[in-house]
Amino acid sequence: MFYMLKGDRGGQALLLLLSIAVVLVPVLNLVVPEGHALHVSTFTVTLLGKYLAFALLAVAVDLVWGYMGILSLGHGAFFALGGYAMGMYLMLQIGDRGVYGNPDLPDFMVFLNWQEVPWFWQGFDNFWFAMIMVALVPGLLAFVFGALAFRSRVTGVYLSIMTQALTYALMLAFFRNEMGFGGNNGLTDFKDILGFSLQSDSTRVALFIASAAALALGYLACRAIVVSRLGKVVVAIRDTEDRVRFIGYRVDHIKLAIFTFSAVLAGIAGALYVPQVGIINPGEFSPLRSIELVVWVAIGGRATLYGAVLGAFIVNYSKTYLTGAAPEVWLFALGALFVLVTLYLPNGLAGLSKKKEAAA
Amino acid sequence: MSALAKIRETFRRDQVFDFVNKQDYSRVDTSHGQILYVEDVSVSFDGFKAINELNFYIEVGELRCMIGPNGAGKTTMMDIITGKTRPDQGSVWFGQNINLLKMTEPEIAQAGVGRKFQKPTVFEHHDIFENLEMAMAGNKGVWSTFRARLSSEQHDQIASVMEIIGLSDCAKQRAGALSHGQKQWLEIGMLLMQNPKLLLVDEPVAGMTHQEMDKTGELLTSLAGEHSVVVVEHDMDFVRSIAKKVSVLHQGSILAEGSMDEVQNNQRVIEVYLGE
Repeated sequence: MFYMLKGDRGGQALLLLLSIAVVLVPVLNLVVPEGHALHVSTFTVTLLGKYLAFALLAVAVDLVWGYMGILSLGHGAFFALGGYAMGMYLMLQIGDRGVYGNPDLPDFMVFLNWQEVPWFWQGFDNFWFAMIMVALVPGLLAFVFGALAFRSRVTGVYLSIMTQALTYALMLAFFRNEMGFGGNNGLTDFKDILGFSLQSDSTRVALFIASAAALALGYLACRAIVVSRLGKVVVAIRDTEDRVRFIGYRVDHIKLAIFTFSAVLAGIAGALYVPQVGIINPGEFSPLRSIELVVWVAIGGRATLYGAVLGAFIVNYSKTYLTGAAPEVWLFALGALFVLVTLYLPNGLAGLSKKKEAAA
Repeated sequence: MSALAKIRETFRRDQVFDFVNKQDYSRVDTSHGQILYVEDVSVSFDGFKAINELNFYIEVGELRCMIGPNGAGKTTMMDIITGKTRPDQGSVWFGQNINLLKMTEPEIAQAGVGRKFQKPTVFEHHDIFENLEMAMAGNKGVWSTFRARLSSEQHDQIASVMEIIGLSDCAKQRAGALSHGQKQWLEIGMLLMQNPKLLLVDEPVAGMTHQEMDKTGELLTSLAGEHSVVVVEHDMDFVRSIAKKVSVLHQGSILAEGSMDEVQNNQRVIEVYLGE
C-alpha cells in the first residue's frame, strides 16, 4: 500500500514522526494535567498544527518548483483562497454572537450597512459546501491561469513574475471593502466549527490531528506522483522541455495537471490554517508571504518533499522564536539563512543526508 | 494568411469541416511508396527566406542524406516537419493521409515521426532505462502516464533497444554521465522506443571519434528498411559511407539529388559547396 515510500527514508521518518505526534500530543495535552512537566499546552498544540499546515503548503510548492521547475511566487494566493473559503464558513457560524448581534449578517457587513449576504456567500453556511470550495476555488484559479500560461509556453522568470502579479492583484482586490470579504480586517472572531467551540482544547487537538492527517495524505499523494512514470516525465520537463514534447507528451497538459493539483493542496493547507490562527486577511496574499514559502523549500531542500516539510518547520519555528525574543532581528535572520543555505547547501538541509549517503 | 483567406479556407466547398472529418493519426497510408511529401514549402524569418519552395519526397524504408552548407535550411526543414515551425506556404504530408501542418509537436511524434536534435538531448537526471521507458510508444495522456506500469514485454523491448544502441551494460547509469557519443546513441534509442516510421536525425556524428562514427553508420543503415531515415550531416566521409541517395540543400531549396557520385560531379553543387 505504501509502495511510494520505498527507498524514501526521509518520507518514512516523516510519517513515523507524524503518527507518533498524533498519538502523543493529544495525550500530553488532554490527559496529562496542567503544571506537570510533560504537559503540552494548547498554545503549543495550535502552533504545531499551524506548522503542519505550512508544511503541506511547502510540499505543494516543492512539487511544482523542485520537480517541475516552475518557480511559483504566487502559491500564497491559493493558500489564502482556501483559507478564505474556510473563513466564510466560520464567519456564518457566528450567528448572533457577533458584536452587533445580527443573526443573518457577519459584523463587517453590518458595519458597511449591507442589508443581505451577497450571492457569493450563499451556501457557505454548509460545511461540506465550504470544503468543496476550499479545493475548487484555488484549483479553478490555477487551472485557468495555468491553461493560459502553459498553452502560450510562458516559462522561467516571466512565469514567476506573472504568478507574483496574480497574488498581488488578489491582495489589492481583497483589501477593498466592496469585494465583500471583510476588506483590510479580513475575517475573524470565529466561534465554532461543526458546532464545536474553537476555543476548547479538544477542538484544537482535533484540528491538529486533521492537519497531521492532511500532511500525511498530501505527502503520500505527491510521492505517488513523483515515483510514477508521470513523475519522471515531470522532472524531464524541468530538465529538457523540448525533448519531452518531441517524444509525444503534451507538456502543457502535464504542467496544468500538476500545477492545479498543487494549488488544491495549498488551498487545503489554507483551510486548516485559518481555524487554528483564528483570522484570515489580505496580508496572506502579499507577495512577500509567497516568497517566504519558496525560501522554506529552498532551505529544506528542493525536489525531496520531506525537505520541504523540514524547511517549513525550521523556518517557522525560528520565526516564532525570534519574533518573540528579538522581533527586529527576524528578517535579517531569514535573509542570512537563505544566503547561507544557497551558498553552502545548494541542495538544502535534505542535501546534507544525501551527501553523507554518497560519501559512505 | 489574411482574415479573408482564412475564411475562404474554412468554407472551401470541396471539403467538409475539419471537426466533421477528423484526421486519423494512428495509421499512415503509404500505399504509393512514399512516406513523406514536402511540396512547395517556403518560410521566411524577418524577410530572410530560410526555406524557399522546397520539394522532396522520402520513400518507405529509404535512408536519405541531406547535406548543405551552414544556413542552407536543414534544421529549419526539420522544424517544419516536426511542427516546431509553421511554413508560410506549401504542404507537408506524412503518407497520403496525414497533414503534418495541422498538428502539434506531440501529435506528430505520436503519429510516428521521431526527431534527434543537433545537440544530443537526453534526460540527464534519469538513468538510461528511464530515458527509454519515458520515450516508449503508448498512451501519453496525464492519467495513463501516472498509472503506467511496465509489462514484461515492454521490459524486453527496452532491453532490445539498449542492445541495438550498445548500452546494455549501463542500464542504471545516469544519462548525464554518458560520453557525447553515447548520448547520441541514447537519443536514437529513445526515437526507436517510439516505434517511429520516419526518423529525422540531425548531425548524428558531430563530435564523434572515428570508431564511434563507424558504429553510428552501422546503426543507421541497419535501421533503414524497417524505418525511413533522413540524416542531416556535415561530415562528407560519413555521408559517403552510408548514403545511397543524397539531397543537396542550398539557400532553402534542393540543388541536386542523386547518388553521392552524381552529386559530387554536379557542376552547380561543385560551385556552391563541394568545390573550390
